[in-house]
Amino acid sequence: MRPFTTLRSKAVPLIQDNVDTDAIIPSREMKSVSKDGLADGLFAGWRYLDAAARIPDPDFVLNKPQYDGAQILLGGANFGCGSSREHAVWALAEYGFRAVIADGFSPIFRGNCVRNGLLPIVLDPRPLAGVDGELDIDLAAQTVRAGDAIWHFDIDAEGKMMLAEGLDPIALTLRLAAAIDAHERADRAAHAWAWNVLPEARR
Amino acid sequence: MSQQPRTLYEKVWHDHVVSRRDDGTSLIWIDRHLIHEVTTPQAFEGLRIAGRRLRRPDLTLAVPDHNVPTRDRRLPNPDPESTTQLAMLESNCAEFGVELIDIHAAEQGIVHVIGPEQGFTLPGLTIVCGDSHTATHGAFGALAFGIGTSEIEHVFATQTLLLRQAKTMEVRVTGTLGFSVTAKDVALAIIGRLGTAGGTGYVVEYTGEVIRDLSIEGRMTVCNMAIEGGARSGMVAPDEKTFAYLRGRPRAPTGARWDAAVAYWRTLPSDAGAAYDATLTIDGSEIAPQVTWGTSPEDVVPITGRVPAPDSFADAGKRDAALRSLAYMDLAPGTRLQDVAVENVFIGSCTNSRIEDLRAAAAVAKGRHIASNIRQALVVPGSGLVKRQAEAEGLDRIFTEAGFDWREPGCSMCLSMNPDRVPAGERCASTSNRNFVGRQGPGARTHLLSPAMAAAAAVTGRLTDVRELMG
Repeated sequence: MRPFTTLRSKAVPLIQDNVDTDAIIPSREMKSVSKDGLADGLFAGWRYLDAAARIPDPDFVLNKPQYDGAQILLGGANFGCGSSREHAVWALAEYGFRAVIADGFSPIFRGNCVRNGLLPIVLDPRPLAGVDGELDIDLAAQTVRAGDAIWHFDIDAEGKMMLAEGLDPIALTLRLAAAIDAHERADRAAHAWAWNVLPEARR
Repeated sequence: MSQQPRTLYEKVWHDHVVSRRDDGTSLIWIDRHLIHEVTTPQAFEGLRIAGRRLRRPDLTLAVPDHNVPTRDRRLPNPDPESTTQLAMLESNCAEFGVELIDIHAAEQGIVHVIGPEQGFTLPGLTIVCGDSHTATHGAFGALAFGIGTSEIEHVFATQTLLLRQAKTMEVRVTGTLGFSVTAKDVALAIIGRLGTAGGTGYVVEYTGEVIRDLSIEGRMTVCNMAIEGGARSGMVAPDEKTFAYLRGRPRAPTGARWDAAVAYWRTLPSDAGAAYDATLTIDGSEIAPQVTWGTSPEDVVPITGRVPAPDSFADAGKRDAALRSLAYMDLAPGTRLQDVAVENVFIGSCTNSRIEDLRAAAAVAKGRHIASNIRQALVVPGSGLVKRQAEAEGLDRIFTEAGFDWREPGCSMCLSMNPDRVPAGERCASTSNRNFVGRQGPGARTHLLSPAMAAAAAVTGRLTDVRELMG
């Protein structure tokens, strides 16, 4: 995963509440068995006049030429709610987004973001939507700047580390293999009933 | 030594902590991992690329559900991409030693229906699945929640997840439910009060007489929709009903292990005096049959109500959302919900496809016929075993004689990943869980309601107060 340090980019305003992951990527667009090739399906229900024929809707904000190449998306409250599909994050990242700034995020979506290099920032997006030009995001300093204006944001330590280091969380957890083994042994002894998973006929 | 009173959630959490980290997160042991075809291919691929093994295939159970056609299974799947996903699930399970309940097995069904049905779901366990409706299993007093694909891969490789302990919310539903008011109405009424993000950051424990009085199936319906209120998990304390439901299930413990399990499960309910970070109390006797009017599950009113005016919302964001919802739903403010005609009816999904749901719908359908304006009326059992049980009770004949389509188990019309869709511009009275824009098909307009209410809509051709039909 590509580490996140700083980002300078325009921001696309899509400031509405409860933008759900079905909207970010409709189920019909996520039949792939890989993480690639999902960008075309991003916001397919809103972005195209005819999704099947991929005819763009010129009125949808992502299709407006002034936002070409933007890597920051501005959202409202409860962004990414609904389905747990990580395809929503893969699609946003493949399309080119590296940060989403919103009033709030659904927790599953937020967890998917930090595991894929997409920085979720909780901030009021409205002042940022009015900025003429680019925004500067600095993850280490936890700031968003536009010229002299500066906004601070909070982020939990583990999410920040995953983004900043671009580390493989599985490799980090496997460092605790001894503790996992110990827990497993202790649990098998204390809760033997929880380890009968096969149907009785096949035990 | 006196211990501070603890909630159900805190007890389950505590017994699963592998390691606490300095940053406030904990590594949590996962007891059960349910998987399906849509969210796992990339996780298996990740294991392969990293050369990792799947740590506990014996605690993992696979079943295809999202993409499976609900018509005759012997016919080829019309969608090549679905076929690929389904084949990948089979080959990945074979490669990594995971048991698969395949598409032709009698036990196949929706992942959240088969887990409890097989006794794979048990109280006090941590249960995950790459699906946001995993909270369903919380009805047994398990800590169950949906995860993304990266987390699936993490569970595959380590049988753990890195989590931060959640805040706790008690949602207490007091009193008794009125005539023809069901668990689905309770779930929707809670979301209406809480809002779709009200539970964000919390694990919800549902308590109160109404929850105690619900069947296990009903508790599953309530917990299933925890995520629609923003909470990743919902839980109900296990009790005698829970134990009776599980005893003798194929994968439930037996003999001395069953006794040990029940003894442990009895220690799980929240202690008297345990503190919650937030509490919401709802008078169950005031809940009427519910129906949604908009494109978020919080857009819900009693069936006796009217479509609200966007101006009636104080919050600018909500006003804005209501305007967009009404345009998409093609509804005018002030319209009586009972005057809204529907062309499609869907009875099914992980929210409402269990035997009790089918019985409730059949009670309304019996001796009646779907209205002439209904183009599709699907009844989709949650599993092959539910289907078999329903057929043994003659429910299938009640439905087919009334003009409903009786299908094979799967997620079906809930999410339009398989051939079952609502055509653009048409309405659907649906027992599923999400009324999002395009959820049931591009341009589809969803009204969420209970199985009895869905059957009532089918026979009248419009959203209907089931109490008037059944009174």
